[in-house]
Amino acid sequence: MEFAELIKTPRVDGVVLHRPFMPTVEGTLCLTGHHLILSSRQDNTEELWLLHSNIDSIEKRFLGSLGTIIVKCKDLRMIQLDIPGMEECLNIGSSIEALSTLDSVSLMYPYFYRPMFEVIEDGWNSFLPEDAFKDLESMTEEWRLSEVNRDFRVCTTYPPLVAVPRDVDDDTLRKAASFRHGGRFPVLSYYHKKNGMVMMRAGQPLTGTNGRRCKEDERLINATLRPGKRGYVIDTRTITVAQQAKARGGGFETEANYPQWRRIHKAIERSNVLQDSLIKLVEACNDQSHSMDRWLSKLEASNWQTHVKEILTTACLAAQCIDREGASVLVHGTEGTDSTLQVTSLAQIILDPTCRTIQGFQGLVEREWLQAGHPFAQRCSMSAYSNSKPRHEAPVFLLFLDCVWQILRQFPCSFQFTEQLLVLLFEHAYASQFGTFLGSSAAERLRLSLPEKTVSLWSWVNRPQEIDHLSNPLYEPNSLVIWPSVAPQSLLLWEGVFLRWNRSPRCQEEAHEEMVHIIEYNKELQNKVNSLRRQLAQLETQEPLLQTP
Amino acid sequence: MEHIRTPKVEQVRLLQCRGGQRKTLLGTLYLSATHTIFVENHPETRRETWVLHSMVSGLDRPPSGPTGSQLLLRCKDFRVIHLLFPQERDCVDVHASLTRLSRPESYSELYCLSINPNTNQEEREKSWSLVLPSQDYQRMGLPNNLWVATAANSEYKMCDSYPAQLFVSRWASPAILMGSSRFRSRGRLPVLSYFHQDTLAAVCRCSQPLSGFSGRSEEDEQMLTAVMKANPGSDFIYVVDTRPRLNAMANRAAGKGYESEDHYGNIKLHFSGIDNIHVMRSSQQRILDVGEQRTPSMSDFLLGLENSGWLKHIKAVLDAGVFIARAVADEGVSVVVHCSDGWDRTAQACSVASVLLEPYYRTTKGLMVLIEKDWVSFGHKFSHRYGHLDGDPREVSPVLDQFLEVLWQLAQQFPCAFQYNERFLLDVRSHAYSCQDGTFLGNSEKERRALRLQERSFSVWSRLWRDREKYWNPLYRAEQGQSQGVLRPNTTPYCFKMWKGLYSPAETPAPQPKTPADLLSSVMEGSQQLEQELANQQERLAALTGKPISYQKVEVPKRKINQSQLRYSGPDPPTTYSYPITSPAQNHGSFHRASEAANQKSRRPDAGLCLPLEPQGSGKGRDPDDLSSDLESGVADLSVGDEVIGGQDGEEAGLSSD
Repeated sequence: MEFAELIKTPRVDGVVLHRPFMPTVEGTLCLTGHHLILSSRQDNTEELWLLHSNIDSIEKRFLGSLGTIIVKCKDLRMIQLDIPGMEECLNIGSSIEALSTLDSVSLMYPYFYRPMFEVIEDGWNSFLPEDAFKDLESMTEEWRLSEVNRDFRVCTTYPPLVAVPRDVDDDTLRKAASFRHGGRFPVLSYYHKKNGMVMMRAGQPLTGTNGRRCKEDERLINATLRPGKRGYVIDTRTITVAQQAKARGGGFETEANYPQWRRIHKAIERSNVLQDSLIKLVEACNDQSHSMDRWLSKLEASNWQTHVKEILTTACLAAQCIDREGASVLVHGTEGTDSTLQVTSLAQIILDPTCRTIQGFQGLVEREWLQAGHPFAQRCSMSAYSNSKPRHEAPVFLLFLDCVWQILRQFPCSFQFTEQLLVLLFEHAYASQFGTFLGSSAAERLRLSLPEKTVSLWSWVNRPQEIDHLSNPLYEPNSLVIWPSVAPQSLLLWEGVFLRWNRSPRCQEEAHEEMVHIIEYNKELQNKVNSLRRQLAQLETQEPLLQTP
Repeated sequence: MEHIRTPKVEQVRLLQCRGGQRKTLLGTLYLSATHTIFVENHPETRRETWVLHSMVSGLDRPPSGPTGSQLLLRCKDFRVIHLLFPQERDCVDVHASLTRLSRPESYSELYCLSINPNTNQEEREKSWSLVLPSQDYQRMGLPNNLWVATAANSEYKMCDSYPAQLFVSRWASPAILMGSSRFRSRGRLPVLSYFHQDTLAAVCRCSQPLSGFSGRSEEDEQMLTAVMKANPGSDFIYVVDTRPRLNAMANRAAGKGYESEDHYGNIKLHFSGIDNIHVMRSSQQRILDVGEQRTPSMSDFLLGLENSGWLKHIKAVLDAGVFIARAVADEGVSVVVHCSDGWDRTAQACSVASVLLEPYYRTTKGLMVLIEKDWVSFGHKFSHRYGHLDGDPREVSPVLDQFLEVLWQLAQQFPCAFQYNERFLLDVRSHAYSCQDGTFLGNSEKERRALRLQERSFSVWSRLWRDREKYWNPLYRAEQGQSQGVLRPNTTPYCFKMWKGLYSPAETPAPQPKTPADLLSSVMEGSQQLEQELANQQERLAALTGKPISYQKVEVPKRKINQSQLRYSGPDPPTTYSYPITSPAQNHGSFHRASEAANQKSRRPDAGLCLPLEPQGSGKGRDPDDLSSDLESGVADLSVGDEVIGGQDGEEAGLSSD
């Protein structure tokens, strides 16, 4: 297929662009295979470049022969294009619709994008599992890296290398995998250096209605317990949902078969509920005519903040079991690819100061989301404005980022990065020129040859100028475990994403500039004082010599 | 002292709950004439908790448990002191004593009048001269050829709740003043509150007219015409009635009401819809209940917030201020503001508008002056509203709370615009309730003068001014964009948040995180020391080399950050593009060039890009209006590690140092 077939009208003159908080621009609208471009064709005038894949939906309106297209983006921005001529407008509209919903991955922009920046470190190699395991090896010998999933046969959504207890052989793993949803047998997610406790994650056990059991699965997770110690199984579903799962072959660990484990059920919602919340929340945020009462009741009805609270609470619980109770933890929900990852990754942010650095956080996203097989391609194919009925779409990753933002806001000096890194990841998870978030698992990424054919987002992020831009000027490394407050009054709406296009960012930017300036001025002074100190010391030692020639 | 049944109880437990953690301290409870004091037994910490009797708003005795008898002290700053007594008799005695002590029947029982003012006469006199409304009128360039001072109320005969010093339109004759005063509720005629020097428009305040359904007063109509004439740039004025329209109409049945556009030529009426003090009182109780819920769900919380109506009221107050500020700054039209009596909602609306219009009021001193002028001198009934004496509970209402909260909400939107921080707003609020100093005592200037407060007590402003370093917002820059000119806040409902610092301070993450303000303040302190050291080094360098001293300044250019628009407005870096558009898909390389150009474009010519560097330290630079810097010297931090509610005075503080 050629893109040209889909582009009915490649170019229209006299189009007017309206954007929030920016002047309107009149110019030429061009459609290319991957971009919608509006240029005034004058120097120094801002232009619009929009990836088709960022377009969630469009709305067409007509007033006489003037057509208007409202473009609603996955990053929640809305722009308006006034297009003279009804036919042009219709053509542009249908072209955008076709180009923004291409099915084939190989037609996606990352395959066509060539970086115009110098790649210092290839992001595809920045966070390899074997490197992460080296850190673990330096702390403990109880774990080994298994190649049992080398060809993705044991678990299609796991990476080729996973960390498992040293005493458990690959055969046991294979058998345990057959007892877990999607073959996702329990693997190591996090090792708590302070007390040697671990967090594991898995898919639900396939106990079914007749209470199947699997000795190998029991052996595998018991192998992570110290003698005489008990562990916690955190099931992210309510007991009712977990019971219902039995009818479909799923289930949970019963006390009878797992006597050393205490099971706790939480209530993190499933994907379709989350998607519905996102749509309601964004709709509430975009209607500025609401009275206070209406706004608060719509915010409440969206349930978004409830999800944030529930996910954070569960993550705190997991962290608490590990750090305060000194117990190991196994986390799972149904598939083990959504709520499970929210909990395991957030618990690490709470427990592990490394995850609060720029590099460490990227590593966490790589380990606990990309390698761990969160189905990005399905979850992020549509956002809040999509008109089509959601199938697998869900803001699971966005909720994780929101929760990180809540912790960051409560501990503003404990993170090396700013909110901007979180916003950036949100954008790129939904539409990107980079290949990082394409595909849904390590196997798929390999099959799509992403490392060879596309650029990694981390290659872009990990350049000095970008790092500098994402750095938190207030960062002071904090080696402690940080416990966010999960009381409702402590959790706020993430304005940086949900109100981003509805209010001017200028004042907050000014505040940020001011902070940067205060810190930089201090550093510069320190440098100057140090250099003068050296100069003085030198002069003072020379002085006697000068006086006695 | 006769009300204290038992001055000291031992083995009392103090239950604390902070950040989800419960803690119990064992110690001794003392009752003094002015404070309840709890001293922990622990020999190392000996933490002290001081509660001023006038800060206690209520006492509860929940049923006794196996561990002892409980007593809850509910404070006016919404903290709750939870005590456990081993003996029920002690609990009953303390309860009875505090019930009496926390509800004084006369002013003379209040803490601020119970101290001996003669010990520090000079300091006392100075404290009262720190903040004067007259300074503010001078600052506004008054009197001028439009607005003049009048002596009509010098003996409080025309209006007993107004100050002696009033500014009125030059076109208002004494007869007009008298007539207008007679036609206004409680004689509160339209007088100047704020004069905008750029547009020459003014904000005037008064009470509702005694119009009934059809009554009119020629003098009052002339009075408003005089207000209009005092603004050469416009041929009408706005009359802002801050009440809901229905309330205003209902008042007509009682012979009061609002101005008819038919009778008054050249006015435009506007209703702001701020509810009355009774609605506000119960609304605040409801938002407090929301903050005190034990483990509420998110829905409980959000629905509770909605049902309290509190944020709706805060928005109404801000909206009223925004309307007035726009009229004055954008249209250049003068505004006359009133509600019913003109001492609650009117004070809110006028002072919010002043803060939006005038950068000076966003400074620490400026806010003091504004409260002294618009609230204290114009007869906001502090003693009634904040329950200083045992009296009618229907007079109590969080009017000042709402004004201070509007400032907090504004500071959320404009982090660099205010010289003071949240702590300052909270402390001003506490002082209004505790009446620890004489400033807020009484209900009018006349009453304060009769009480000879200036001879018998201190002004609260000198106490707060002494601590101004503590209240300093490190992000404030006087010369910067949002500190200058008119503030134009966004008042969409989603911009308002619950003021957690006031309504739910106990919900904190753990360990208590460092705030950006703390960190920046310590960095700035470090910079000051470095500046000093740098100056010394340069002197030594000059001495050693024999060359003249050259004070080199360290300059760091401020970086423009345009985070959300430029860099990430799409996942594709070239959001701006300056190549010919012939074959766009092949050209992606212009990002840096283009963003640089855009950066330059957005960079305003700004002389104040770098900090002024003074070798002698920039402490002075922070307070452009530092009139009494000598007050700051020698004041130690009284209460490190101790909890003080409603404060303690210097002498007693000696006890508490550990």
